[in-house]
Order: sequence, then structure tokens, then C-alpha cells
Amino acid sequence: MADQQEILSGLAEIVNEETGLDPADVQMDKSFTDDLDIDSLSMMTIVVNAEEKFGVRIPDDEVKNLTTVGDAVTFIQSNQG
Amino acid sequence: MSERRVVVTGLGATTPLGGTIAETWEAILAGKSGAKPLPQDMLDRYELPVHFACTIAQDPLEVLSKVQVRRMDPSAQYAVIASLAAMEDAGSPELDPDRLGVAIGTGIGGVWTLLDQWDNLRDKGVRRVFPLAVPMLMPNTSAGNVSLLLGARAGAHTTVSACASGAESMGTAYDMIRGGRADVVVAGGTECATHPICFAGFSQMQALSTRNDDPAGASRPYDTGRDGFVMGEGAAVMVLEEYEHAKARGARIYAEFASIGMSADAHHITAPEPEGAGASRAMREAVERAGLQDSDIVHINAHATSTPVGDVAEANAIRRAFGAAADGMPVSATKSMTGHLLGAAGALEGLLTVLAVHHRTAPAAINIDDFDSAIDLDVIRGEHRTLPDGDIAALNNSFGFGGHNVALVIKSV
Repeated sequence: MADQQEILSGLAEIVNEETGLDPADVQMDKSFTDDLDIDSLSMMTIVVNAEEKFGVRIPDDEVKNLTTVGDAVTFIQSNQG
Repeated sequence: MSERRVVVTGLGATTPLGGTIAETWEAILAGKSGAKPLPQDMLDRYELPVHFACTIAQDPLEVLSKVQVRRMDPSAQYAVIASLAAMEDAGSPELDPDRLGVAIGTGIGGVWTLLDQWDNLRDKGVRRVFPLAVPMLMPNTSAGNVSLLLGARAGAHTTVSACASGAESMGTAYDMIRGGRADVVVAGGTECATHPICFAGFSQMQALSTRNDDPAGASRPYDTGRDGFVMGEGAAVMVLEEYEHAKARGARIYAEFASIGMSADAHHITAPEPEGAGASRAMREAVERAGLQDSDIVHINAHATSTPVGDVAEANAIRRAFGAAADGMPVSATKSMTGHLLGAAGALEGLLTVLAVHHRTAPAAINIDDFDSAIDLDVIRGEHRTLPDGDIAALNNSFGFGGHNVALVIKSV
């Protein structure tokens, strides 16, 4: 099981690969849309890559609740398994 | 209002011979072949009868970011690389976005994306299909991406006419400028059809050379030993500009884009009409619309793909169009070096025709060891040909499956 820090850095890598953003900019309090300027198509790819990396299923209905990076990290952490 | 004239003010390309049009031209003057071996795993997996192709010389990552490469089909990557280079070559002018257009042709579009994503769907399921699959595979993906990057808003168009696409797109651009819809249009063609399915399909129709023991000698237009074309890939783009607009900003003008002629064979879906009636009509229309005499044409860059039937049909068409005057039109067969870039071929050869007129040098073909006596043309081999001083014009032919015939006339300025 990955801890919070491992999930954050894994997610930062995925975001970097999809968008080119510096992984250091991917912080818990950052909003995917407002701060990181990630559009819905990129978000979809990030979600699918995160599912594969962390062995979780993130339902489409859940994605709209993942406003910040922290929301995603928390969801992944509590649904690993 | 006097008629609007169209001139060429920028050139850009990524080709099997180089990452720029300058490197490509230099390689052509040096008589180099762009043929390279295909990846061994592709050959092993599919047992392809053809073991080589004229793949591009450049890694797109030399120019584009990782994210751009991930989000664009290779055909769009090539188009963007060529378009950015062409705009830079035109002096990176500040332009009114509403007067800047795009016309990028392609034969097949995003075939790699389509089939890669089909692999993902079949092997891994729907959630592994890339959300950008559709905008990456659509044939207008290159025109759209170029328009987006350049901020070009006068219209972004895609011509699809197989191996005539790249030439036809320049006709679209020419019409946009002549008709007053734009002052500057980034125009050309792109192709990345080096997917195994394309080798398989073309092989099954016996269209590709299988000279596997001599890839550099495989593309040999007009030679008796020719046995098919060599698949190429890449993109080539010109900046076409209204003459007064170019003059007003002090642009370097390579040549005038004097006219375009087009026709359809309505004969067979792939075979050229053997007497060349359709192709010759396109050539005649181009010359007449340019207001030129046959004797003004001092050079032809032929379609000349190195297929047994096609090369003869084109030679017949040129004779039919110009009769004895064709004796004064030395012919370049540059696919002997570049391979056949399909939807980018007409664009690349358009650029090479511009450079031939600009430098007054028509390049020699390579690999003509035993000239086919059925070809009644002055095909340039051995030494390059110096073109005359004074006002000159040259013709560039492109033909495509479907019976498409396109001829461009480029004039000195």
C-alpha cells in the first residue's frame, strides 16, 4: 500500500507526463482545473493512468468530486486494495 | 481591382533526407537515398515482403515537447514541424490572424492513432482508449493543430486526394488568396503511413518495391529494373502570400505560384489512364491558366513513383500535353531519393520545384542504370541541369488513387 507521499509523487509523475507541468507544482492544495489548468480530456487520461498505477477504480461519477490534488490522493489512499 | 498574385515566401519540411528543407535539398543535390531498414520486430511480427522505407531523418522530439508528441498523431507532428519552420523561413511576420489561413493535405490521416487505439481497446478495454483518439485520428488533425499553433483564423482546410493531396492543398491555398479570403496561407501536405497495415495493403496490390537487398537502389523511376514505389513519410509546407502583401513587408520571394490545373480520370480506382488524357488536361489547364506558352516551361518535377505502369503513363501524358515542346522540359524524378511521401509527396515536390526555379538547378535522378526506352522524355540523370536565365517556369505533377491529377506551375520572379 502506498502512503500519502508516495501517492502524491506518483500522481505528480502522471500529471507531468500528460501535461508537461513540473511535478513540484503538483501539491495537495492545488485545484486540477483552476491552478493546474488541466482540461477534462487530460483529467480522463490522468485518472486512467492513476487507476493502473495504484490498482484502484475511480468511477466516472467520482471524478467530478476530485477538485484538488489532495482529493485525488485521499480517494486513492482510502480505496487501494 | 487587378488580379491578386500569389508568391512563395517561406519553405519548411521534415523528410527522409533531413529535418529541414535546406538539408533535404542538399541531400538531393548530393544524390542521397532516404531509404532505411524497417524495425526488425515489425518485420518478424508481420512477415512483411518489404523490409525498408524512407522514414523521416529527424526525431520529432528534437522540435516538439513530450506532451505535444503524446497529443498529436505523427502526421500532425510532422505538419507542425514543417509549418513552424516555413513561418520562420518567411521571417516570422506579424500577421492579422483573420487573414492567415491553413491548408494541409494528407492521404490517410491519423492511421497510427486509429490502429494503436484499436489495439488498446481490443487488448486492454475501453478505459485505455486515449481521450484524444478522435481528434488525433481525423484527417483534418494536422490542419487543426497548425491553425491552433499559428493562431490562423482565415480558415483551416484539408484536401484528401491520396498522393495528390499535398499538391491539391496548395491549390486550395492559392484559391483562398486569389479569392480574397486570406493574404497568407500555410499550405502543404503530411503523411505518416508507415504502419504495417499500409505496407501490407500496398504490398498486396504489388505497388511496393521489394528490392530488399538494395534499399537505396529500390526507388528507380524510369529505369527498366523498377518494381514499385518506396514508402516515404514526412511533411512539406510553403508559405503562400499575396504579392503586394509580401512586397509591402519586404519579404524574400522565392518564386511565383502561378497556377494550378486539376482533373479526374474517371477510368479506374487505382490504375492511371494509360494514354494520359486526364493527366495531360491538368497540365494544359495549369499552363494556360498561368498565361504561359509551352516554351516557357523549362522543367518538370514528375510524379514518377517508380512503378512499371505509372511512369510510362505519366510520360505519355506529358507528351500528349506538350508534344514536341516536351523536348525542352528536362524532367526530375526526386522520388528516387525521397521515396514516395504519399499525401505529402505533391507538397514536397512543389517545394523542390520552387527551389529548382529559385536556384535555377533541376536535380538529377539517381538509380537510372538502364533507362527505359518506353519513356520519351528528357529525364535528368548524371549531372544536374542548369536552368536558363531570364523568366522561366516549371511544372510539378501529382497523381493519386481515385484518378486525381494535379499540376502546379511555379514561375521565377
